[in-house]
Amino acid sequence: MSEESDFYQFTGTKGYIVSRSLVEAVNCAIALERPLLIKGEPGTGKTLLAEHVSEGLGMPMESWHIKSTSKAMDGLYVYDTLQRLNDARFGEGNVDDIRSYIKLGPMGRVFSAEKRHVLLIDEIDKADLEFPNDILRELDEMQFTVMETGDEVKAKERPVVIITSNNEKELPDAFLRRCVFHFIDFPTPDLMKQIVDVHHPNLDTQLLDQVLIKFYWLRGQPDLRKKPSTSELIDWISALRRSGISDDQLSEHIPFIGSLLKNEADTAALADFEERDGKMPEDWSDLGPRYNQ
Amino acid sequence: MFLDFFYEMRDEGIPVAMQEWQMFMTVLERGLHDSSLLSFYNLAKSTLVKSETYFDAFDRVFAKVFQGVEGELSVSNELEEWLRNPENFKDLTDEQREMLEELDANELMRRFLETLAEQDERHDGGGRWVGTGGHSPFGHGGEHPTGIRVGGESKSRSAMKVAEDRRFQDYRTDVTLDVRNVKVALKRLRHLTREGGADELDLDETVDETCRNAGEIELIYRAERRNNVRLLLLMDVGGTMDPYYEPVSRLLTALHEERGLRDLRPYYFHNCIYERVGTTADLYMKDAVPTGDLLRRYDERWKVLVVGDAAMHPAELMNPRGNINPRYESESRGIDWLMKFREHFERIVWMNPDPQSDWEHTRTTQVIKSIFPMLPLSLDGIQDAVTTLVGARPSAPGVTRH
Repeated sequence: MSEESDFYQFTGTKGYIVSRSLVEAVNCAIALERPLLIKGEPGTGKTLLAEHVSEGLGMPMESWHIKSTSKAMDGLYVYDTLQRLNDARFGEGNVDDIRSYIKLGPMGRVFSAEKRHVLLIDEIDKADLEFPNDILRELDEMQFTVMETGDEVKAKERPVVIITSNNEKELPDAFLRRCVFHFIDFPTPDLMKQIVDVHHPNLDTQLLDQVLIKFYWLRGQPDLRKKPSTSELIDWISALRRSGISDDQLSEHIPFIGSLLKNEADTAALADFEERDGKMPEDWSDLGPRYNQ
Repeated sequence: MFLDFFYEMRDEGIPVAMQEWQMFMTVLERGLHDSSLLSFYNLAKSTLVKSETYFDAFDRVFAKVFQGVEGELSVSNELEEWLRNPENFKDLTDEQREMLEELDANELMRRFLETLAEQDERHDGGGRWVGTGGHSPFGHGGEHPTGIRVGGESKSRSAMKVAEDRRFQDYRTDVTLDVRNVKVALKRLRHLTREGGADELDLDETVDETCRNAGEIELIYRAERRNNVRLLLLMDVGGTMDPYYEPVSRLLTALHEERGLRDLRPYYFHNCIYERVGTTADLYMKDAVPTGDLLRRYDERWKVLVVGDAAMHPAELMNPRGNINPRYESESRGIDWLMKFREHFERIVWMNPDPQSDWEHTRTTQVIKSIFPMLPLSLDGIQDAVTTLVGARPSAPGVTRH
């Protein structure tokens, strides 16, 4: 292993629990100097990862949040013609220097920075179908040319690039080939306990157990339209703690369901289930083989 | 055996190319896997597989190729050291020792894995090379004094267990695999026009106008170019169309996700179009709308895409009351409705999922083919259909428009 890659080793941070495979994917991407593509259910902490990688490695971070109207050019630089025209008219600014009207985008800023950065390209699948192909060359060579001035912007230190996708669109093969890929799987109950512990330390273990049993049971319901995710679980526990509910009260009924289920049909289905005296699980053994290995 | 891994993956339909393989090799070269099988599994997955839809296939291949490799391999360094010490080879014949000395670390690792692969089940006890509780130099908990510990730490789950678990089964959606291709083909389904509010700065015009204005800035805005294609989609459902569920749903998914279209309206029919068409795929009568309404509501600028196999009993097409769907009784002939569509809309394409070679054997297909341009439901066919819908000129065979 080279010294440099030894130097940049991500091991997770205090506020962010990572699985071993994710740590390995991050370190692999850093060592290979390839972009890391992160996919996963909403609410599994894809965007947070970049922040914590930047914190863990002590590198500054730039983020580029992609919208449906985003163009590859926006990430590199924008030439503010209007401002220049305006300055020319009113004799302000330095009109002769075209460079003062070139505004670098997130990618441009990271490339031209002195220090090695973490670059987050968030929700790349929101953009146009061809968008990933448009930034392919720039990501590969970590350089581009400002057409108006002919200046080369080249990264002195190849940034750590983290790209997230919500799977709304398929990404092109050529793009995928250049990335290290990681799919954030939904946390297992054990990992989830650690995650909850970060947000709610000193939670009563029996209560936590009951909470997680209900939570994983809900997620296991096949006809749920929107499954609750980690961030919703954290919110739900906040609500439970503030109201001081004990684990006994949880066994029959799920309070504050609004923080877990965000779809009317789902809430109605659960209310129906409770009215019909449906039995909710009280123990991990009620949940089936998947959680009982 | 590593190459086996590569080809097995390709056989399973995982799109692994040389580029990815090289990336993976670089990872191994740099020792990022830290000689641990679980890390090896994780890194192979990160570098070789680029979509969770293939995770299940990957797990199967991994379990097959590296079958019997249990626990963690904390080998390379210790193994090298062990090999360097000649005392360890006391029992070997000279020939064997010579052979071993020639092996470099990589080769040794490979042999080691090969031996593992030869085993087809977990090996406990006994004198084979690798296993647990045995007395061979490799293994865990064995009695060979200078033996190498293989695995043992089991804080995290072993790669084989992870692989054998096949937790990613749920993510297999073979249907969506080719949606991107279809989408790229549909991408050309656009007719860009400048309509609506002027909200984009027209730089050239602005500069021109400003000059004309003696330097007084005159900003000129224009409407952004937008896709003006409105698509009316008519789908044949049920019966002979059932076998084509996959390609058709792929096309549908691609169409629905294609946000560039200005409008997309799907309708459904069974075999042929009569007085009513369904607004849902299950063709319930209560959801049906009169076909005449379609012709009134959508003007000739709408592009029409019909997806159907065009194969039916001739009576269904040529006779009144030909509709075989009991829910939708019809007085008029199917062919009359088809002619009405042809008269009304400028651009219509009929996409037929049946193999093109079968078309000439079906009479109704022949008839319909003479009314609309008919194209096969393949990637090329979709491309041609797009050209027919938005291209320079309608190229319907034998159709003269007036």
